[in-house]
Amino acid sequence: MEIPYTSQTRPDTGLYNAKVGIWLFLASEVMLFGALFSAYILLRVGAPPGTWPHGWLNVPLGTLNTLVLITSSITTVLAWVALKEKNFGKFKLFHAITLICALTFVGIKSFEYRDKFMHYEIQLADGQIADGHFESATYMDQTSTNHTEHIEHRFRGISYTSVTPSATNDYSLSSVTIHGHKVQAHMELMKHANHEEMKEVEIPGAAIKSMQNYGPWHNTYTAIYFTLTGLHALHVIGGALVIGYLWLLGGAMWKTDPERFTNRIEVSGLFWHFVDLVWIFLFPVLYLL
Amino acid sequence: MSDHDSHAHETHSIRGYLFVYFALLAGTGFTVWASYIDLGHHWNIVLALVIACVKAFLVATYFMHLISEKKMIYSVLALTAFFFVGLMFLTLYSTHDFPAHTVTH
Amino acid sequence: MQVTTHASSHAGAHEAHHEEGGFFRKYIFSTDHKVIGIQYGVTALFFLLFGFSLMLMMRWQIAHPGQALPFIGSLVHALVGDTAPAVIDKAGHLLGYSISADLYNSFGAMHGTIMVFLGVVPLAFAAFGNYLVPLMIGAPDMAFPRVNMASYQAYVLGGLIMLVSFFIPGGAARAGWTSYSPLATTIATDGQTFWLIGMIFLITSSLLGAVNFIVTIIQLRAPGMTWMRMPFFVWAQFVTSFILLLAFPPLEAAGVMQFMDRVAGTSFFLPTGLAIGGKLANISGGGSPLLWQHLFWFLGHPEVYVLILPAMGIVAEVIANNTRKPIWGYKSLVYSALAVGFLSFIVWAHHMYMTGMGQRVATFFQTTTMIISIPSVIILTCLFISLWGGSIRFNTPMLFVLAFLPMFGIGGLTGLPLGLSYADLHLHDTYYVIAHFHYVVAPGTIFALFAGVYYWYPKMTGRMMSEFWGKVHFWLSLIFMNMIFQPMFLQGMAGMLRRMADGGANYSAAHLNEMGVTAVGGLSPFIMSLHTWILWSAVGLGLAQIPFIINFFWSIKNGKKVESDNPWHATTLEWQTPTPPPHGNFAKAPTVYRGPYEYSAPGHATDFTPQNEPPKK
Repeated sequence: MEIPYTSQTRPDTGLYNAKVGIWLFLASEVMLFGALFSAYILLRVGAPPGTWPHGWLNVPLGTLNTLVLITSSITTVLAWVALKEKNFGKFKLFHAITLICALTFVGIKSFEYRDKFMHYEIQLADGQIADGHFESATYMDQTSTNHTEHIEHRFRGISYTSVTPSATNDYSLSSVTIHGHKVQAHMELMKHANHEEMKEVEIPGAAIKSMQNYGPWHNTYTAIYFTLTGLHALHVIGGALVIGYLWLLGGAMWKTDPERFTNRIEVSGLFWHFVDLVWIFLFPVLYLL
Repeated sequence: MSDHDSHAHETHSIRGYLFVYFALLAGTGFTVWASYIDLGHHWNIVLALVIACVKAFLVATYFMHLISEKKMIYSVLALTAFFFVGLMFLTLYSTHDFPAHTVTH
Repeated sequence: MQVTTHASSHAGAHEAHHEEGGFFRKYIFSTDHKVIGIQYGVTALFFLLFGFSLMLMMRWQIAHPGQALPFIGSLVHALVGDTAPAVIDKAGHLLGYSISADLYNSFGAMHGTIMVFLGVVPLAFAAFGNYLVPLMIGAPDMAFPRVNMASYQAYVLGGLIMLVSFFIPGGAARAGWTSYSPLATTIATDGQTFWLIGMIFLITSSLLGAVNFIVTIIQLRAPGMTWMRMPFFVWAQFVTSFILLLAFPPLEAAGVMQFMDRVAGTSFFLPTGLAIGGKLANISGGGSPLLWQHLFWFLGHPEVYVLILPAMGIVAEVIANNTRKPIWGYKSLVYSALAVGFLSFIVWAHHMYMTGMGQRVATFFQTTTMIISIPSVIILTCLFISLWGGSIRFNTPMLFVLAFLPMFGIGGLTGLPLGLSYADLHLHDTYYVIAHFHYVVAPGTIFALFAGVYYWYPKMTGRMMSEFWGKVHFWLSLIFMNMIFQPMFLQGMAGMLRRMADGGANYSAAHLNEMGVTAVGGLSPFIMSLHTWILWSAVGLGLAQIPFIINFFWSIKNGKKVESDNPWHATTLEWQTPTPPPHGNFAKAPTVYRGPYEYSAPGHATDFTPQNEPPKK
């Protein structure tokens, strides 16, 4: 006996199996992201006044990403409509755009992530704080005290809690150059800094007490930002993989069972719309508020 | 076949989809613009969330076809919404309901 | 996935032909719900046994703190190293190996995790559910057979990760099955991280399974199988699936966050100013340990209804069959199950009364907790009343199910003081809690699961398990279960706390007197002596499982063969199939004409009327 209602709808529910399945799965995803949003609210409300950052994210890029996802949402729907009209070529066109949008989104997100990893907060020995984007660092070779080597670093790792000679490479940090500014108190960093104030700041190694970049470890804002957007990005990638798979290899099933294939496009489309929905909330919450 | 009929009216409203699309774009622009205006801290939050809810409603109702969906799906989503709200508000309430005279911050 | 249609009337041969594909395709990578159900069942039973052995070692340590573990001490030492340290007497002789506090704590954490997530839930929900639900509703398989296979594989992977964690340096997780931060975040061993990764796999497995069950029950009911004609077991699985679907994701989110805390240095659950070993921790701070607790218990409480609902379903099936009359109050049972499922989501903070919550929110959760006891009692009452006026057959499954009723009653009633916040002040985190939940799960759920094994064994294998050894298994288990857990109520009320590796020796009156501390409330010698009583009862319980294990395997080839496909003369659809049911279950969809418990219908020739028997004209 075959499993019924894989393509046909069941008369009393009016649904086919995969549609019920995907909505149930999306319900569980609502609870997943809902829990993370609840965590966000709790952490933010629980933060002492003035300690929650504002303006740390690039609003134009975030807005662009929002428009990209919204566009991919309509192309997803139009791809399904095209199949309903038996127009396979149009389906291929619209979902190609969807996939390009997905790639664009992930690309922009990667750029934003990298920007955070290159942004350092440097506690200075005199109590001031230098904050800005990493430009270059100079290291001194400990094995021969007079020999200084200048190394241009693109990506240098997580954090320096102390700047004594480390066991690896026998190099000690001689100086760091950042594109940023110096502030007197940590609270000043919580607000979006003016671009006009940014300039090249060179800090001698001896003046550095500790140094940390804006990764998830930096504070609870970056922690929840990376977790929320990271999980979301994984869902974007997952959804793109499924749609990509159907786009590439769908021709075969379209020929043998077009209704079933159309349903698969509808179901994967529902997942994609959900991914867009999550971003519709993520964007204002993380970028604007 | 039955599912052709149930979807028939959606396939004809490409105009409808485009309308939703532009509404979403406009909503995005509006929410970014509004974020630069100081309405008082709490009202900024309320406005941003209201706009987000409207956009989400449009995507769910029209792109995800919830407007013509079946009762079964509505029930599942209503249940989910109830529990999500419960989780969020009860957790927040629990961490902010202190005995009298408790000192915070 | 079946692409070809079967019009042939030679259903058996055709189906067997379709599932051909060698050993691996048929038994390891099968998508047939019956094979997957058995896979889940056997794997879960293994994990139950493993979790039980962990407990035996813990009970030894509690009763004999620091003393060498008999018989298996060297084996344990060989497996886990110096966390099972050598015990050397004054003359320098090696007496054996004991269980260190760290090892005890990891046994404790893993006992809970394994029993709940790798043992009971897979057995009750996934094993029995997968095997029976499609059969009971007249479906050919689950709605998504390949997703079903994937969910079993995720379960095995998660289980393996949990098992492997015992053998890595530092050992397994040891922050309790509840994994509270900051302790769980700051424990140096990778085992704690393995626990989180294992949980992600297990949660994924459950979510996939839950989706599958719900879609199957909604969409694949045979013609005539209306909602109110479904066996109560199917309703129980339906509600359980919704609980899993909606309650697990917040724990998954929390697990991801705790993983980030451990691996990426975030501070989701680590507060500002946290000091470890006297030193300020090098973290960003700003997090909330309470957040973990809320997210954990948001699942943790509904989880207990996941543990009990399938068991109640099994109890209903066995009672109806062995009283030869319909279940009393079918509608009440269904609505109560739905109510329990719904309410279970808004009671969770009764596990958190001691976290300093305010009075208003504590009152809210206390109220909902009291309310949820109502549908639970209704279910138990309906099952009790179902016995009235029945022609009771006292076979092994029925014995287990009859014992379930008062045992679950004790478990449920002892939960009430825990749900009331004032009484919980005294009882929180004591042995009273351990006794309460073990009563519900051990002589509660597990008895129902034993009943299920004895009851459905003939359908799966075509042979009966030995009635004699089944009864031996039953009586010994019942006696020993009570001997283990009754004294724990006394210990808890006397103030003995949970999770103490020395069994509370540090707080015993004897020790306090030794230290010259005049204190009121040291644990009395009688309370301490109960540890020995409990240890030997636990050993007895373990020995009592041997007849079951032997019976289970021996009867596959040597049990009494069934004389028909329906040896219990049952009404539900799973008994109206060949034995064992072929791939695809039914040659064509059965038509259902009546409810699930038409026993002793007046005027009917036999005392049972199968659901798919056509009505007489």
